[in-house]
Amino acid sequence: MTLVKDPVPAARKARPAVRAATGRPGRRRENLAGYLFMSPWIAGFLLLTAGPMVASLYFAFTDYNLFNSPKWVGLDNFTQMFADPRWQKSVEVTAKYVIIGTPLKLLLALGVALLLAQSRRGQAFYRAAFYAPSLIGASVSVGFVWRSLFSDGAIVDRTQSFFGWHVGGWVGNADWVLYCLVALTVWQFGAPMVIFLAGLKQVPRELYEAAEVDGAGPVRKFWTITLPMISPVLFFNVLLETIHSFQIFGSAYVVSNTQCGPADATLVYTCYLYQQGFKNAQMGFASAMAWMLLLAVALVTAVLFWSQKKWVYYEEDAR
Amino acid sequence: MSATTTTKPGVLGRKGTGSLAWHLGALLILAVILYPVVWVIGASFKPGKDVVNSLTLFPSHPILSNFRGLADGIADVRIWTFFQNSLFYAGGAVVGVLVSCSLTAYAFARIRFAGRNLLFSLMIGTLLLPYHVLLIPQYVMFQKLGWINTYTPLLIGKYLATEAFFVFLMVQFMRNLPKELDEAARLDGCGHLRIYWSIVLPLSRPALITSAIFTFINAWNDFMGPLIYLNEPGKYTVSLGLMMFRDSDGVAADYGGMIAMSLVALLPVLLFFLAFQRHLIDGMATSGLKG
Repeated sequence: MTLVKDPVPAARKARPAVRAATGRPGRRRENLAGYLFMSPWIAGFLLLTAGPMVASLYFAFTDYNLFNSPKWVGLDNFTQMFADPRWQKSVEVTAKYVIIGTPLKLLLALGVALLLAQSRRGQAFYRAAFYAPSLIGASVSVGFVWRSLFSDGAIVDRTQSFFGWHVGGWVGNADWVLYCLVALTVWQFGAPMVIFLAGLKQVPRELYEAAEVDGAGPVRKFWTITLPMISPVLFFNVLLETIHSFQIFGSAYVVSNTQCGPADATLVYTCYLYQQGFKNAQMGFASAMAWMLLLAVALVTAVLFWSQKKWVYYEEDAR
Repeated sequence: MSATTTTKPGVLGRKGTGSLAWHLGALLILAVILYPVVWVIGASFKPGKDVVNSLTLFPSHPILSNFRGLADGIADVRIWTFFQNSLFYAGGAVVGVLVSCSLTAYAFARIRFAGRNLLFSLMIGTLLLPYHVLLIPQYVMFQKLGWINTYTPLLIGKYLATEAFFVFLMVQFMRNLPKELDEAARLDGCGHLRIYWSIVLPLSRPALITSAIFTFINAWNDFMGPLIYLNEPGKYTVSLGLMMFRDSDGVAADYGGMIAMSLVALLPVLLFFLAFQRHLIDGMATSGLKG
C-alpha cells in the first residue's frame, strides 16, 4: 500500500471518445469543475493548514505572548528548550509511552486478530466487542474510570497488593502512573485488530493448504505466509499508531487530573506544549516545541517508509 | 465475509485448536476488555464513598441518588445544557464533513483536472501532520477574529474538508463506482453537479454513513478543542462539563455524581455503536486495506 498514489487506477484513465473529441475547451471545463469541487478543501488547506504551519514556524523564532506583537529572538526558544529539564522530561515520558505502548497494543491486536481469524461462531460478536473501547477510549468518562480503577485501594491496587506488591495505586505513584496510560492505549487494541483481521481474510487459503500438504506447522505458516501477506497492513498500523501515540493528550490530562503528574511522570509532550502555550502564554516556545514534534514525527515516518522496502511485501497483481 | 464457517485451514492450526479452548480464550479477553464498562455501570449506583474502594461490581443496595443529583446540574448549569452543546457541535460537524469531504472526494475520484495528483499527495500529507503544529497559530488567528468562546473555531475545519481521513475514505469508495454511470449521464447532458448529486452521492451511502458516525463520535469525545476554545460553563460540551465534577485537588466533591455523569456521557456513543457497529467496523477495516 503506497500511501501517496494517483487516486484513479491506470486502467480507468482511458479517456472516453466523447471527451477526447471536445479537445481543449473540455479539458479547461474539467479543470474548472475540479477546482470548484475542491474549493472548500483548498480554502481549508491554505487557511487552516499551510498558513498556520508557516506562522508557527515564524513564531518558533519569536518571543510572543499573544498580546504584544511577536519579537524575533532567533534560536533562543530552541536553546532554551533543549536546556529545559521539563522539556527533556516530556520527551522522555513520550518516548517511553510510544516505545512501550505501541508495540504492546499492536502485538495484542495481531494476536487477537489471529485468534478471531479462525472463524468460529461468535467471531462477529467478539470483533464488535473488542472494537468498542477504541470508540470511547478518548473520552473524559473513560479517563475518570481509569483514574478510579487505578487509584489507591481500587481493584488494580488490591489485586497487586494481594500478590504482595503494594505500590498504593498507579495513579498516585510516579513510577507507575505512565503504565496506567499504557494500559489505556493497549485497551484500545480493537481498531488495529479490525484492520489486521481484514488483512488476514484476504490471505488466499490455497497458500495455507499448500503449506499443510508440505507439512508446515502453525509457526512456520505464520512466518512464511501470514506475516509477509499482511505486512502492508502491519505497516499501515505501525505508521498510524506510532504517529497517534506521539500526540496523546486528553487521556494523560484527565487521568493525571490535569496536572500531568505526579512529579511530571505523565508530562507527555503535548501536555507540556499546552502548559507553555495556554497556561504560560509562551506562544513562541510552544511553537518551537510543536515544530520539534513535527520533525520527530516526520523522521519516524521517513524511517518507516524507507524501511518498508525491506520488510513490506506487495503482491504484484493484488490490485 | 464468511464469518461462520466452522473450521478452515487457518494460521494457528486446523481442527486441533479446539472450539472450547478458542471460546474460553475469547471470553477471557472479553471479560478484561469489558470490565471497565461494566464497572462504570455498577459504580454509578453506589454511594460516592464506595466507588473506588468497594470491590463488588454491583452494589447489593443500588441507589439512584447519583442520577437524581445530576438533575440539579452543576455550578448553576443544567446537565442538559452540556448535552445540547455537544449535540450542536457533533451535529454541525457531521453536516460539515458530509458536504465538504464528499465534494472534495468527488473531485479526486471522478474529475480529471490538472494538479490533481499533487493535491492528493498534499491531502494525504495532512493525514500524517500532527495537529499541534497548527494549534497555536490557529488559536492566535481565531482570537484576533474574536471567535474565542464560540463554536466557530471547532466547526470551521469540518466545513473546509480538513478531516483528511474522511476525504480519503470517500475517495476510496467513489473511485470504485462504475465509470460507465457518469459516462452515460454525461451523454444525457448531465454536468458534474448533477452526477455528484444524483449518481455518486446516493451510491456512496455506506462511506457517508461511516464518516458521519465517526465524525459524530469524534466530536462528542473531543476534549482538547473545547478545552482551548470554550471558557464559559454555559457553553461547555459534555466533556468539559464532566471536568467540572472534579475538585482542584483531584478528589471529586460528588464522586457518585461524577461517575453517573461519566456513564450518561458514554451512552450516546455506546448506542451509536450498537446501532451501527457493522458500518463502523467495515469502514475502519477498509481504510487499512486499500490505498
